[in-house]
Amino acid sequence: MSLPPEYMQYPMRRHGMDQDRYQWSSLTERPRIEWPGGARIALWVTPILQWFPLNMTSTPFLAPGGLTMPYPDYRHYTNRDYGNRVGIFRVLDLLERYKLAASTFVNAAIAERYPSLLRELVDRKIEIVAHGLDMGHLHHSGLSQEQESELVKRSCDMLARAAGEPIKGWLSPGRSQSWSTLDILAAHGIEYCCDWANDDMPYEMRTSGEDVLSMPLAHESDDRMILQEFRHTEDQWLAQTKDRFEVLYREAERHGGRIMSLPLHAWIMGVPYRATYLREALDYIAGHDKVWVATGQQIAAEFRRQAAG
Amino acid sequence: MTIDADPQLYSFLPYNRRPKITWPNGARIAVWVAPNIEFYEFDPPPNPKRKPWARPLPDVLAYSHRDYGNRAGWQRMMEAMDAVGIRGSVSLNVAMCEHHPEIIEECNKRGWEFYSHGIYNTRYTYGMSMDQEREIVVDSIETVRKWTGQTIAGWLSPALSNNVWTMDLLAEAGIRYTCDLFHDDQPMPVAVKSGKLISIPYSLEMNDVIAYLTNQCPPRHYGETIKRQFDQLYAEGERSGTVMCIPLHPYLVGHPHRIQPFAEALQHIAKHDGVWLATGREIAEHFYSHYYDQMSGAGAEVKS
Repeated sequence: MSLPPEYMQYPMRRHGMDQDRYQWSSLTERPRIEWPGGARIALWVTPILQWFPLNMTSTPFLAPGGLTMPYPDYRHYTNRDYGNRVGIFRVLDLLERYKLAASTFVNAAIAERYPSLLRELVDRKIEIVAHGLDMGHLHHSGLSQEQESELVKRSCDMLARAAGEPIKGWLSPGRSQSWSTLDILAAHGIEYCCDWANDDMPYEMRTSGEDVLSMPLAHESDDRMILQEFRHTEDQWLAQTKDRFEVLYREAERHGGRIMSLPLHAWIMGVPYRATYLREALDYIAGHDKVWVATGQQIAAEFRRQAAG
Repeated sequence: MTIDADPQLYSFLPYNRRPKITWPNGARIAVWVAPNIEFYEFDPPPNPKRKPWARPLPDVLAYSHRDYGNRAGWQRMMEAMDAVGIRGSVSLNVAMCEHHPEIIEECNKRGWEFYSHGIYNTRYTYGMSMDQEREIVVDSIETVRKWTGQTIAGWLSPALSNNVWTMDLLAEAGIRYTCDLFHDDQPMPVAVKSGKLISIPYSLEMNDVIAYLTNQCPPRHYGETIKRQFDQLYAEGERSGTVMCIPLHPYLVGHPHRIQPFAEALQHIAKHDGVWLATGREIAEHFYSHYYDQMSGAGAEVKS
């Protein structure tokens, strides 16, 4: 028994990465970034609004948080939709209370289904970031380029109409991509993407069009991962959020400005008792003065301005 | 390939009936930290026994999650170790030498040890012939020597994939210790066809990937488990020297929400007297010089 010869060959064994999307660099060896007002941390509050269709499929896998019960899975459908009806308003109240800018990742289907929610976000000057069509439409290599382009176009158009301006940021449902997703995003005017989880700071990704900036969105320390995947308690979410902030705040003094994203799935953090932990986290962060609270677009623009200079 | 109920790699040698081990300078515990510095491929070839990524290719989330270690995580892990004077024994996917020599150089100039963890963590030994598996051993030895000047002494199979002949191959190639066996808290001889091989305690429970992902352990609790593991093995080390290993992955422990409790756990270990902060090779060589023969003989009553 043996494996085919290709298994013993390593055509991409070379300096840097084994793909051409971006260059390797070490986080601590890059030029310092100075955030406005001498801030150490750019706080990027990122509520997430998702819609899980009752008839969603697992193509090519079940999206995180997806419906798992036999049809009709009212239990999970409604539990997720709770975030769009109730949960998000608790999060918005806290944003108001602490006067926080934010970027909301929105499944485009929500713009069509709940237009008043979108108006509410826009009135509050919250940035709308595209989060695909809905949680039943993953981006994956089983789609043709045409199919995926149509999905991106449709999602961006629906959200841009609601936002009254072009959409610049993107988060794929389940952070799943095909081989071509970044090229397609660039072709539709997307300037930054949050799917890749390999850095604490932005970096440029090559596409067949303009570069797309990879923005650092917490993955293993986001609310869904900590509370739903790892099944940690809310106390532990709070501890990890504080520890993350503390370490980044301290490092920023030595290495230059850092970014702290705060992913908040409305159907998770918008639950009444969890909102009390969110309030504690925001209270803790508010106790630090060198914090610049900004939208993804603002952070991306500032980063690019300095990186280019 | 023969299929057997027993791996036939070691004798039954109960913890309370063994020759006493003493570590250099009378230390009662040898602590070694083993960062897995790994490269997971974006588009690896398929293996008949294991899928490299859970999602269909390209699994950009899982790939980038691993890549975090090589961009942002390793520096925090290294700093926590530097702060207490702990040298790493790097479990190295040797293709890292080509991909990120900058990281290898930082480890090497600190006097860290390198041992092999295969070529890539997305190339498993499942399904390989003996000759193919021998090829990755030779590649590992040559690559690490070329890039670091070191001759590897240790082995941890890529993604812990093994074949029934793996230990024989390692001994034949001059590898001194394996980290793939979890049956003990002390080094032990491994039964091989020719030459000599020992196992060194590596530990699944202390491994951050098992702690954080499999056991879903909160970061502060992981710090607590390290301290308690140490306290217990330190106490037992009074009777006979123990080994504690902390296997790490910079893509996990190196995150800002995890690093602080880990750094504090290392400080807890380092403040004790009678602790030998060693590398895998140092532990192996001390064991070979003083205990290999005794321990080999001691198990004869049961099974060889």
